[in-house]
Amino acid sequence: MADVAVHEPTVHGDGPDDAHGDAHGTHYSSTGLSNNKLGMWLFLGSECLLFGGLISTYMLYRGRHSQNLGPDQLWDIPFTSSSSFVLLMSSLTMVLAVSAAKRGDDRNTKLWLSITALLGSLFVAGQVYEFTTFYREGLGYTTSLFSSSFYTLTGFHGVHVSVGIIMLMALVGMITKDRIHGDKAEVVELIGLYWHFVDIVWILIFTLVYLIPA
Amino acid sequence: MTGDPAHDGTAADTHASPASHDSSHGLTDMGYVQVAVALAIITGLEVWASYTDWLGPAFLPILLVLMIVKFFSVVLFFMHLRFDSKIFSALFYAGLFLAVGVYIVALFTFHFFDG
Repeated sequence: MADVAVHEPTVHGDGPDDAHGDAHGTHYSSTGLSNNKLGMWLFLGSECLLFGGLISTYMLYRGRHSQNLGPDQLWDIPFTSSSSFVLLMSSLTMVLAVSAAKRGDDRNTKLWLSITALLGSLFVAGQVYEFTTFYREGLGYTTSLFSSSFYTLTGFHGVHVSVGIIMLMALVGMITKDRIHGDKAEVVELIGLYWHFVDIVWILIFTLVYLIPA
Repeated sequence: MTGDPAHDGTAADTHASPASHDSSHGLTDMGYVQVAVALAIITGLEVWASYTDWLGPAFLPILLVLMIVKFFSVVLFFMHLRFDSKIFSALFYAGLFLAVGVYIVALFTFHFFDG
């Protein structure tokens, strides 16, 4: 689909002499892989179980609602599609931030991270608007099994996006003040992995919850 | 997955320098833009499919295939799993496939697929 480039590992340095760490303070396991990155992938693997549980609970209960307060009456597909597009594009800006960090380009790293946080905020704002609209139409958290499972699933996802935004803004601040002591590119990449995970969870939610009719 | 022996996570490369493992490879920035454009087009197709009737019984499988394509495009290209060590892939896919397996069994238990 696209060209593959080989980036010189300028930010990584020359690598450690042993399996414990390098001059930048990044620690490596006996496999030669970064402990931080191993930990992040393990965390994301465990998050699959969390969201798998929430999605399957919603799938079970999506038909358990009153006649006039179900998905068919509430969903605003054009609006949710726009939110999905915004979150999808935030994944692009995030990967561009990682790419800039690997080149050692702090200015563009901060720029792309800030745009990613902005797009994430737009998505969360859209979710707050959607929740408010549903609530005004009479869909409270305890109205039905459908509403409880829907708010729990999308609410958990929204909290994950919000945590991601906080991490992105903190990272911009830390890069500005030169507060990152280890491998800066790896820190950006780790937060990028979390952000992309939040995006792939939404890819599932958008199709399974919004597009497939109950 | 990459077919590149330097990234297959076998014992032969476990003592290589971390720089040879840790995402030193990836797409160019233009490559990432192309992936994002493809994702946007697929999202548009999904929305279009949800509004049209002529797909008939093929609607659900097509929608699920498009969802899976989007999912793995982000995982493989944006999350660099295509270019990184297979150990990272194993950690993530272990959680993913365990979750899919466990919850499909759970849904069967509750007769979700009985129609």
